[in-house]
Amino acid sequence: MRRVYLDNNATTPLLPEVFEAMRPYFFEKFGNPSSSHERGQQARIALEHAREEVAQLVGARPSEIVFTSGGTEGDNLAIFGVVASGDHIITSAIEHHAVLNACKRLETLGAQVTYLPVDSQGRVDPDNIRAALRPNTRLVSVMMANNETGVVQPVEEIGRIAAEADVWFHTDAVQAAGKIPVNVDRIGCDLLAISGHKLNAPQGTGALYVRAGTLLRAMFQGGPQERGRRAGTENLPGIVGLGTGAALAREWLALGKGEELGALRDRLERGIAQHVDMTLVNGKGAPRTPNTSNIVFECIAGGSLADALDLKGIAVSTGSACSSGSAHPPYVLLAMGLAPELAHASVRFSLGKQTTPDDITYVLECVPEVVAKLRAMSPLWKNGTRERLARTQA
Amino acid sequence: MYSPTVLDHFKNARNMGVLPDATTSVQVSNPVCGDTLELSLVVNGLEIAKARFRAKGCTPTIACASRLTEMIEGAAVADALRITRESLITSLGGLPEASGHAAQLALDALRAALGRVAASAV
Repeated sequence: MRRVYLDNNATTPLLPEVFEAMRPYFFEKFGNPSSSHERGQQARIALEHAREEVAQLVGARPSEIVFTSGGTEGDNLAIFGVVASGDHIITSAIEHHAVLNACKRLETLGAQVTYLPVDSQGRVDPDNIRAALRPNTRLVSVMMANNETGVVQPVEEIGRIAAEADVWFHTDAVQAAGKIPVNVDRIGCDLLAISGHKLNAPQGTGALYVRAGTLLRAMFQGGPQERGRRAGTENLPGIVGLGTGAALAREWLALGKGEELGALRDRLERGIAQHVDMTLVNGKGAPRTPNTSNIVFECIAGGSLADALDLKGIAVSTGSACSSGSAHPPYVLLAMGLAPELAHASVRFSLGKQTTPDDITYVLECVPEVVAKLRAMSPLWKNGTRERLARTQA
Repeated sequence: MYSPTVLDHFKNARNMGVLPDATTSVQVSNPVCGDTLELSLVVNGLEIAKARFRAKGCTPTIACASRLTEMIEGAAVADALRITRESLITSLGGLPEASGHAAQLALDALRAALGRVAASAV
């Protein structure tokens, strides 16, 4: 059975080059970068080289890169690092839980948070940010690209608004870095989080960009690593992997591979629209990362479609799956105004660098058959019309 | 994640469909997850002669409905009413902890259907 992995927004496979780059740092080059002897300095050189690669990926200076354990830590470090009790934060209703739960925690500690709505395409209106500013606003946190839909936010405009208001701007770029160009100066952000395992580097690695001059409180108390911003002996093999992944991602983007991937994604969407009735691409009208397609398949449950595709060797995801531990529909889709029954009927396809045209051909062979079987089982499938679909859109 | 029995019922659902001669047909939904289950029964006296289901739901919902119809077709109404959530789940080889609602939905449909039969007999 062919196996096709279309859940790259959950995690990506490690590239062989990344693993080969990491390997020596598990064995002969195992030194602690803080040690003054030769082995330690060898480690230090590798660490700083990785830092340069990550910095280049996002257009930063190496000194502005703090290595973390991933996107969640980076987001938490950014938010807890600049916000205190009494401060106000502006964020969006569709942020990753790392941001939302950090904000909720800060609310219990005396901060105030405004959760901005998004439009039907999943985009924040920058004017709403301007309108939400208060004298005690300390931070704006809006993600660069959404994990469920791939929709890209108007971060450059948000950056300008934050700068005019003299408030910090953090953006979760976990789903953007390595897929679309990311430049911290163009965005105008002060803090930007990335995650290694979203760009074919190891899980448990990441980085937070911290613009020079940003007053960031460290979360961990300990040694002086990362210029006092993140204590703890560095995960050297992981960081080397992250640096290599960042370098390869930059090359991939420079070669125009992002556009090629977008063309594959578009072919997937066209094929599904052509051969499966009553479908809708969530966020289609907005700028999106080139790999993501979140599609409603009316009258069936997204979870059962994902499971049925898994039985065909095709890995996709749905935020509403019982397997995720929650029976609630994806909050991102609900925030976009999607009716709950349509949110529950959505499946996310997230392609990766390893996805081939033959993979898409196979998926397009399987999806119509699987959907037809599930619809035949559904009490809601009555050969409905497109008017029904339009009526249930907000 | 799913037991082989659950996967079997998902891939090869038993008793899927409708009954044109149904004694009763009910549709129940879980408002939280949006799963919807339609259960149709032909009840002759005190026996469930036929049972069919249709479902829009997650894999456990489809599996529970399929398995339940297997358990109740040909069974006495009284025996069907004795099926518990736990016995349904056990007969499927278990369900993930978060999927217990699927068994509950199936039993809700059964009790609603049999309740209607009882009400119409009064």
